[in-house]
Amino acid sequence: VSATWTAILVASVGCYGLKLAGVSLPDSLLNHDRVQRIAGLLPVAMLTALVITDLFDTNDHYSTDLPALAGLGAAAVALRLRQSLAVVFLAAVAVTAVIRAAT
Amino acid sequence: VIPSATDATSEPVGAEPAPAATRAIARAAAGIGLYAAVFGFAFGAVAVASGLNVAQACVLSVAMFTGASQFALVGILGSGGSAAAAVSSALLLGVRNAFYGVPISHALRPRGLRRLWTAQFVIDETTAMVSGQHTAHGRRYAFWTTAIALFATWNAGTLVGAIVGHKINPANLGLDVAAPAIFMALLWPHFSRARSRAIAAVSAVTAFALIPLTPAGVPVLAAAAVAVAAGFAPPATEEETSRR
Repeated sequence: VSATWTAILVASVGCYGLKLAGVSLPDSLLNHDRVQRIAGLLPVAMLTALVITDLFDTNDHYSTDLPALAGLGAAAVALRLRQSLAVVFLAAVAVTAVIRAAT
Repeated sequence: VIPSATDATSEPVGAEPAPAATRAIARAAAGIGLYAAVFGFAFGAVAVASGLNVAQACVLSVAMFTGASQFALVGILGSGGSAAAAVSSALLLGVRNAFYGVPISHALRPRGLRRLWTAQFVIDETTAMVSGQHTAHGRRYAFWTTAIALFATWNAGTLVGAIVGHKINPANLGLDVAAPAIFMALLWPHFSRARSRAIAAVSAVTAFALIPLTPAGVPVLAAAAVAVAAGFAPPATEEETSRR
């Protein structure tokens, strides 16, 4: 079994285990202030880091991808205008694709 | 991210929602399904561009079935990160689903074996849909219509995206920005809180600074460490919300 398959299977079983724990464990175990705070902050911190590395990281070197930045700018405008996820998605993808095709 | 716990016990049991309410739920679920089809397509194409094969992309969407973790895993593997960093990032991002289990259990009260299949569908979108409902029936209906629509379209989208991804360069279609755009959309509501904004800013600076210094995946794990460290300290003033 390749390293990729191992990573896929281990991470999938683990993610399912987390979901199952959530609907199985007694509330009292998950209802701690500190635990809830950390759980609430984890996605905020990690999703931010993923956006940063998606935009500025190419093989551990800094890079700037102007069409992608413009696409994210369009997504931000769509969010600001309270558009749905589908519109946010399409704005980002379309702006990036059009700029790449034009340059 | 954590929706407030619902109090399913405080209402008449078996209250039937109006047909209009049911239709509104179905419409919202269909909208989520449509977006998941497109987002799933982007995932399949990006996964294949990151070096996975079609089967691996599809197994992720069926078995992991939680978008942010899937994108993190393939992103880190694709940029040459270690399997350990990829798996830990996927798992840490999946931690939030465990906490969604609390309001979902209150709403659906799954017992015994039912927990085994209910659990797989406890994700951002189903939790958000359940938290918007005010009757026991409405919550159950919202959960399952969203779960079925999303699972079907996310997986169909992944399969088509993975197959097409072999023939096209996803970057030409701008599909590589799909994940960061959706991540930003998930972050957006948090930015109204000063504490979340501060965490996001520190995480962004930390991740950016680590890009040339560490292997792929480590900047994201470092951001997780920022969240844990910040979460240990109680908020300075209880929920300092912004003035907007």
